[in-house]
Amino acid sequence: MSTVVDGVGKAIGRADDRAPISSLLKDNLRKVFPDHWSFMLGEIALYSFIILLLTGVYLTIWYQPSMQEVVYHGSYQPLVGIPMSEAYNSALHISFDVRGGLLIRQIHHWAALFFMAAMVVHMFRIFFTGAFRKPREFNWVIGGSMILIGLLEGFAGYSLPDDLLSGVGVRIVAGIIESIPVVGTYLLFFLFGGQYPGHDFIPRLYTFHVLLVPGILLASVGLHLVLIFYHKHTQYPGPGRTNDNVVGFPLFPVYTAKAGGFFFIVFGVTVLMAAFVTINPIWAYGPYVPDQVTAGSQPDWYIGFVDGALRAFPNWESENFLGHTWSWNILIPCVLMPGILVALLLSYPFLEAWITGDTREHHLLDRPRNAATRTALGAMAITFYGILVINGANDIVAQAFNLSINQLTWFTRIGVFVFPPLVFIATRRFCLGLQRRDRDLLMHGRESGQILRLPHGEFIEIHTPISDDEKAVILAKRDIAPIEAPPATDENGIATPGLRAKKWRAKLSNAYFGENVKRPTLAEIEAAEHHHHDEVAHEIDVLHEAGAPIPSELTD
Amino acid sequence: MTSTSVRRNKATGLVVLLAGLVITGVGYAAVTSTAEASVAMYSQTQIDQGKQLFQQGCATCHGLAAQGSSEGPSLIGVGAAAVNFQVATGRMPMAQPANQAPRKVPVYNDDQIAALAAYVASLGPGPAVPSDEDLNTTDANLAEGGVLFRTNCAQCHNFAGHGGALSNGKYAPSLMNATPRQMYEAMLTGPQNMPVFNDKTLPPAEKRAILKYINELQTAPSPGGLALGSLGPVTEGIFIWTAGLGALLAVAVWIGAKVR
Amino acid sequence: MSNDHKTDIATTGIVEGDIVEFPLPPHHHRLTDTDPRAARRAERQVSTMFILSGLCIIAFIAAYIAIPETSYLNLGPAGTIQTSNFMLGLTFGLATLLIGIAAIHWAKKLMSDEEIVDYRHPVGSPQEDRDAAKAAFDAGVAESGFVERKMVRRTLLGALALFPLPLIVLLKDMGPLPGDSLRHTIWRKGSRIVIDVTGQPLRPEDMQVGSLVSASPADLKAIQEADGDQNARAKASIILVRMKPSDIVSEQGEGWSWNGILAFSKICTHVGCPIALYQQRTHHLLCPCHQSTFDLADSGKVVFGPAARAMPQLPITVDSEGFLVAQSDFQQPVGPSFWERA
Repeated sequence: MSTVVDGVGKAIGRADDRAPISSLLKDNLRKVFPDHWSFMLGEIALYSFIILLLTGVYLTIWYQPSMQEVVYHGSYQPLVGIPMSEAYNSALHISFDVRGGLLIRQIHHWAALFFMAAMVVHMFRIFFTGAFRKPREFNWVIGGSMILIGLLEGFAGYSLPDDLLSGVGVRIVAGIIESIPVVGTYLLFFLFGGQYPGHDFIPRLYTFHVLLVPGILLASVGLHLVLIFYHKHTQYPGPGRTNDNVVGFPLFPVYTAKAGGFFFIVFGVTVLMAAFVTINPIWAYGPYVPDQVTAGSQPDWYIGFVDGALRAFPNWESENFLGHTWSWNILIPCVLMPGILVALLLSYPFLEAWITGDTREHHLLDRPRNAATRTALGAMAITFYGILVINGANDIVAQAFNLSINQLTWFTRIGVFVFPPLVFIATRRFCLGLQRRDRDLLMHGRESGQILRLPHGEFIEIHTPISDDEKAVILAKRDIAPIEAPPATDENGIATPGLRAKKWRAKLSNAYFGENVKRPTLAEIEAAEHHHHDEVAHEIDVLHEAGAPIPSELTD
Repeated sequence: MTSTSVRRNKATGLVVLLAGLVITGVGYAAVTSTAEASVAMYSQTQIDQGKQLFQQGCATCHGLAAQGSSEGPSLIGVGAAAVNFQVATGRMPMAQPANQAPRKVPVYNDDQIAALAAYVASLGPGPAVPSDEDLNTTDANLAEGGVLFRTNCAQCHNFAGHGGALSNGKYAPSLMNATPRQMYEAMLTGPQNMPVFNDKTLPPAEKRAILKYINELQTAPSPGGLALGSLGPVTEGIFIWTAGLGALLAVAVWIGAKVR
Repeated sequence: MSNDHKTDIATTGIVEGDIVEFPLPPHHHRLTDTDPRAARRAERQVSTMFILSGLCIIAFIAAYIAIPETSYLNLGPAGTIQTSNFMLGLTFGLATLLIGIAAIHWAKKLMSDEEIVDYRHPVGSPQEDRDAAKAAFDAGVAESGFVERKMVRRTLLGALALFPLPLIVLLKDMGPLPGDSLRHTIWRKGSRIVIDVTGQPLRPEDMQVGSLVSASPADLKAIQEADGDQNARAKASIILVRMKPSDIVSEQGEGWSWNGILAFSKICTHVGCPIALYQQRTHHLLCPCHQSTFDLADSGKVVFGPAARAMPQLPITVDSEGFLVAQSDFQQPVGPSFWERA
């Protein structure tokens, strides 16, 4: 026995006298986690968050959240003697006069981009495999909220250095706040401690960024993980995998090594990126001055969809009868559109369950093709989002590909309505096609590509049955029949309560499941197999009669 | 579509050449009388040579006497600086009608450019080609140049001088390959859609400070590593979604893969 | 509640009863399970990586001590980069990465790869727990008298509804009230226009056709120093352009320009970005943030993009000494729209 192991054992023993450590360990040390690459996506987000906490602490040591004007005297020559805020001054100090400070800053910013990107990709996995279904709806809501909170946290962090780029970002947010009806102007004055830019915003944003939001995120992460632990992990269909079990490797030691190792890999990759690739060269942007701006002023990618919508939206503004201004050109793309997106995102599990009437617990994941409408809805949402993100960079796109920003804007204005439905239709068709293929595979096996010419001139293709592993995957599909609209009155002539809602539900349910390709029942598969056997027997007979050699595929 | 337009352009080129030759022969004497050598730094030979070159290569659009036409603006009074900028950066003569003349390999050599500049300068007073002293940035203040750059230039040419998009397919070009003389001339003359920053609104000392800062942008190291084109958060976003997530997904696939 | 569930399942006709279970496929041994040499090789690989990781950490410390922040490294076409950042990142990154790769390699090659099965239990509480919890809750409610003592209940709810108010009221001093501050800038009659950065006053003849000048009022610097913030600048920034008087189609006010020199706010009417992307041939001003485009020759009206309002024009004239000055403050609020703006 190694001394390390002995030591841990003794420590647990002592702790056990004070808290039920062993009771917790005995149930959980060998907890099973299934193996699949797509189950690691959330871990990337989790590890990026830990990296952010670690590096963030370092940055707070030197960063000064103050808008007090100072004159720069650090070692970055092109800014020496320039007045700037203390915040920007300290960010420059971290970058040029703290050894390793630039590395920490770059790790922090890259990790932030990783955090957001990994959460989004993780959400895609959860969505397309139906992992959000009962009993995990609440965890979906927590996760979705974390993306939203992460977005605010990211924006706050992007703004803190008070460089020219981030200052323009804050200016835009101030403009968006001003557009809010009734309270907008007051909200602006309260948040900024007076007129824009004032001298309160950076210190307030700092507290928000290092205390309030990380606290909320940390609590959300904790709850998210506790629920994952309690629900046990979902798994993909396959042989030996059912809705009532979970097949995989134990937390200790395999997942301790794999997940723990992955933490080091995420960390290592982030550090290497920070070593090789510049992110947010704040020194090059210069200090924020309200009358300076740079071409290509962009937010970090996760804000891009809002910026893209803001760029594309027509210049609608109106006045009410009291002479108040409704800035539709800002309210709709920046407040209403993201609000609706978030509401749809967070409520999706409940909407889908209402439409399908499915109240069972789901621990076995859907293959995306088997939920054709859901997959198509997801693809449609991604298209919508993607077009807006690209429009958020339309000036860079125009510059890189010699296009006109005016034409790109019009492309977005039209495309954002045209492409998502097209993608919906195409994805749904594609999924239904795959469902049909699965059905054929079960019924007739796989086309071997070998053509056999029978003595009487008929050509047949030899089909080979699929393996049990494949069968297990395809047979895991469960079909749900669409809900039927209830009759207007029951047999006693009493009107059905809530008839309109029920009719709507039936309509949506039919649209959702309408063209679903039914998985064949076992009886159907058996019948098809018999038919196949009969055909083969017939072929062998024919070949035998003709005295021809019999291919091995037929006799297997 | 592209191929026909290219062919048409070739045809136009021939017409231009023929027209140029005819014009040179016929119109030579008629125009010279009005020209006046207003800039002492050019010799009469240079002006004459420039005139000849002008009538061959430029007159189709800018008019026989550089008075301008529907195809190109008048060049009277634009000065030698404008000619030197447009021709030395290869923007003029234009290869084909476009939103904007792109930078390309110059068609004329230095002597020919000087001759063209001499001819245009002789048509009317305008900014001269800046001298070496004008471009001497030894005493210029780098940091002040940065402030001036961010106030007057960065809005179109981007914070790092990498250029940016303007309306309807026009663009502010990257400054990475521009020489100090060309940039000084551009400020003086406001080529294409660039506004003019004449010596009264932006004195020579400030221009030199800007040149010093741009030189810093062209040559300075990128402390943090690869600069990703210095285009801001867009390329950073592309990097995280491709290289960054790509690397981690590859590792995730490795972790999930079965071992034989 | 539970009744609903039944009807749901009944009406949806889920295909059930057709579940086919396939056994877990047999476990195949890895090379490292059967060949002790392969296992030893894997063990060596893992420990080599751990050793290399440790060496990288030592290299990191050496790099930290030896390389000053001022040293730069030329990587050829990839550019010149800060040596310290590069070396610290490289050594630390590799050290971290190696631990990760080694741990995963260990797990994959040497730890058991036999899949094990865990059984799930119903996620919800069993019925008896629900009953017991309900009973406990009911008992508590009964003992508290929450239901019968209406007076107590209602006053409690009332008190709790009022309770958060101080927390909101206390926020009042986060900032002053807007008043009419968004309607004014520091421009006033006779304010001299000076060029940004250099602070030079400007005569009309200093600008030629096609010129663009970023400018501000002469007293901005003093006001900014007195205020200790950039609020005055954020509203008072302007651009001056000069075009041929014949090119001017319209202006926001009679006699607001001077011989083709026009002054406009620099702050976009959309969401407030400073704009100076003036395209002198077309007289268009383009916002780099959201591409609102204003025609300065035609009253600064919006010709493209999301901005709804024309760029506010500052009326200018020339004072007795021949310098450009403002005729007055802006005649409308500058910057983004807001609710009270008419």
